[in-house]
Amino acid sequence: MAIIEFTSKGIYCPQGRFYIDPWQPVDLAVTTHGHADHVKWGNKAYLCHDLTKPILKQRLGLDLPVETLPYGKQILINGVKVSLHPAGHVIGSAQIRLEYKGEICVVSGDYKVEYDGISTAFEPVRCHSFVSESTFGLPIYKWQPQQEIFKEISNWVSDNHDQQKTSVLIAYSLGKAQRLIKNLSAQCPIYVHSSIANLNEGLIKAGVDLPETIRITPEIKKETLQQGIVIVPPALADGKWMKSLQSAATGICSGWMQVRAGRRWRSADAGFALSDHADWQGLLQAIHETGAEKVYVTHGFVSPFTKYLNEIGITASEVQTRYGEEEEETAETVTNLKEA
Amino acid sequence: MKRFAQLIHELENSNKTNDKLAALVGYFSTANDKDKPYVIALFTGKKPRRPVSTALIREWATQLSQIPDWLFAESYHSVGDLSETIALILPPASKQTDKPLNQWITELAQLNGQTDEEKKTFILDAWDQLNTKERFIFNKLISGNFRIGISSKMLVNALAKQSDTDSSKIMHSIMGKWDPSEITYTELIEGVHVNTDSSWPYPFCLAYALEAEADNLGQPQEWQAEWKWDGIRGQIVKRNGELFIWSRGEELVTAQFPELSFLMDELPDGTVLDGEILSVKDGKVQPFSILQQRLNRKTISKNQLNEIPVGFFMYDLLEYKAKDVREQPLSERRALLEEITMQLKTKDIAVLSPVITYESWTELAEIRQESRAMNSEGIMLKKLTSAYHSGRKKGDWWKWKINPYTIDTVMIYAQKGSGRRANHFTDYTFAIRDGEQLITIAKAYSGLTDKEIKEVDSFVRKNAIEKFGPVRTVKPELVFEIAFEGIAISKRHKAGLALRFPRIARWRKDKIAAEINTLEDLRQLYTSTL
Ligand SMILES: [Zn+2]
Ligand SMILES: [Zn+2]
Repeated sequence: MAIIEFTSKGIYCPQGRFYIDPWQPVDLAVTTHGHADHVKWGNKAYLCHDLTKPILKQRLGLDLPVETLPYGKQILINGVKVSLHPAGHVIGSAQIRLEYKGEICVVSGDYKVEYDGISTAFEPVRCHSFVSESTFGLPIYKWQPQQEIFKEISNWVSDNHDQQKTSVLIAYSLGKAQRLIKNLSAQCPIYVHSSIANLNEGLIKAGVDLPETIRITPEIKKETLQQGIVIVPPALADGKWMKSLQSAATGICSGWMQVRAGRRWRSADAGFALSDHADWQGLLQAIHETGAEKVYVTHGFVSPFTKYLNEIGITASEVQTRYGEEEEETAETVTNLKEA
Repeated sequence: MKRFAQLIHELENSNKTNDKLAALVGYFSTANDKDKPYVIALFTGKKPRRPVSTALIREWATQLSQIPDWLFAESYHSVGDLSETIALILPPASKQTDKPLNQWITELAQLNGQTDEEKKTFILDAWDQLNTKERFIFNKLISGNFRIGISSKMLVNALAKQSDTDSSKIMHSIMGKWDPSEITYTELIEGVHVNTDSSWPYPFCLAYALEAEADNLGQPQEWQAEWKWDGIRGQIVKRNGELFIWSRGEELVTAQFPELSFLMDELPDGTVLDGEILSVKDGKVQPFSILQQRLNRKTISKNQLNEIPVGFFMYDLLEYKAKDVREQPLSERRALLEEITMQLKTKDIAVLSPVITYESWTELAEIRQESRAMNSEGIMLKKLTSAYHSGRKKGDWWKWKINPYTIDTVMIYAQKGSGRRANHFTDYTFAIRDGEQLITIAKAYSGLTDKEIKEVDSFVRKNAIEKFGPVRTVKPELVFEIAFEGIAISKRHKAGLALRFPRIARWRKDKIAAEINTLEDLRQLYTSTL
């Protein structure tokens, strides 16, 4: 019996009788992080990192049956040793380490190797088999150091202030939003959409240190917003509210902005290639550091990345999952959040 | 190069025309004077000879980045632009320089005639001193294809603003013959190499679409009716022995239509005509798809001149005996125009666009039904007392277009675009039936309401059959009515036919996939337009 299996419900550990990031309801869902594509509603129990708990409660309901673990603490589930290790992707994101009869497998969920100053830094975990994402698994994706990107964003904001334009940054509520807040709050006040404000409140309550932000309400004057930075999730990028802002300049923060076609297609004014995923080198580095004999490649540029790993001597195979659309918070999730 | 890279960055960092204009004006106010003519040449598509082949550039980039060929191909496929793929894939530069743009272009030109080894040394060294953005530009300089969404019109407007010069003068100047290595920016703006006093055009008078019933326009006899032709709206200027043909895009297209050059000898000096450039064969106006094959070519072959002869259908007279006559009523201008046409020795090439005679609006409405057979888009209505306005003015000129063609198609692919991460599937590909097969006929983006887009989006998510990168193959189930303006033969399309301006007219929820149109239907439609 293999330590993990890829089933129609998700990644399954038959010995432990639990799933990791299942997309169909199961008894126990061990959860890597709080993005919508990695955690679904309807499981009987959830196990995740301490800091993922407030996120799940915000997103899926306060009565959710969630157990938590800190990083590095090992527990036994039906004889399988289970521990969580930082994935550096977003706050609370974890790689799940499984060990049974000496065989070790790590399911990494989503990860990035650059430390973002807010999510616990990625930690390589030695294992026999490694499940890796491949969101940016092509050599055209090479991130600039984040300080340079933030400098670019900050200059853009200053230019907008000079031209009396409102700077609107479009970023996912979990991950990018907190990074932007942390790195830009010294420059000017930050106004955030309710979905981000709600999430932040939960995180702050759980002990995360986040600079102060202002929740956008209908009472806030459009002229006031112009003095600061506005952050909204992608689902609102084309919404009515955005259109009501006079002379807004929009900037999308996403790894896809690395490519001009990505920027053009989204018809934003500016694109900043800021990502919570590892770039090409990051993926390769992480995989090397695990020392894994076998790599399972999930969501992203699955085929070329798998092919390349095999060519450089790392046994890899493609795995079909339902992950990869987490960043597309639908309008519905955003409304749910508003009501929460 | 850094200043130019900054300009490109600014141009790409906004999708608002005013910002782009400001970026261009800023550039031409502050950049290296020697660079400016080169930038104008680049933006207007003046191509230098390509010094290194695409194959070599690609080979060297693949070697340098130490990736297999297939992975380069995969990356290129994802990026969609070779210069950009190379810029992204190369290892980081080891040094930094800021050589002026003109020097880079000159050095690239000097590569012509050198050995491949020498070329390689130069290119690799260049890549090693440029950052990603600069490399992208450098690669574009090699290819000569520097199109980044700046129309020559926008460039001209920026130059006009920056130098406080009339924009038509600048357009004439940059359309003329000049070499960026020999001319200064000031000379180019002043147009020392051309006589800009002769060429200036008038603004075109434009019509609004007639939404109401024609009856509301009053008495039929107060209106002149003409066919609305589907060609290139053109203004022909003859002054001081020179002839200029301006398109509505305010570009000089004189050289593209040698058939009309006789007007230089036959039109009196101080004459300006408004009309339509059309493909006319044996007296019959051809569809736009035929004329299209003549457009935007650097050279025109004898064969093309024989196959697709061009004519000019005159609508109006703007300048007569060197006098601006635009304020005179249309009826008087038309009389003078007829007089000028009579005096042309060469007949049948530049002709009066016929006036339609009709007694009542009902009769005209009937005549309008024949528009398609005439290869016309409908009818133009112009008040006989009207002046020739600058631009669009409501009330005097109306276009009374016929409805577009439509076909029913089924959606087979949906896409989120190259960025992969927009919120919804909004780009669709549609097919028609060819026997038992479905065959792609059009791609269309717009035309649905937000609510419909959401509905289609959820259908795509539930009914995706296959994933090809960002593309989803979906169950052929949703039927859409596609509207379009014309059909042309196309070797690039599997159907052998391509639609002009396809767009979604409506979602036919009342129809099922079995009811869509066939390739045969479309072929018949095409034949009927010839
Ligand atoms: Zn994620
Ligand atoms: Zn993911």
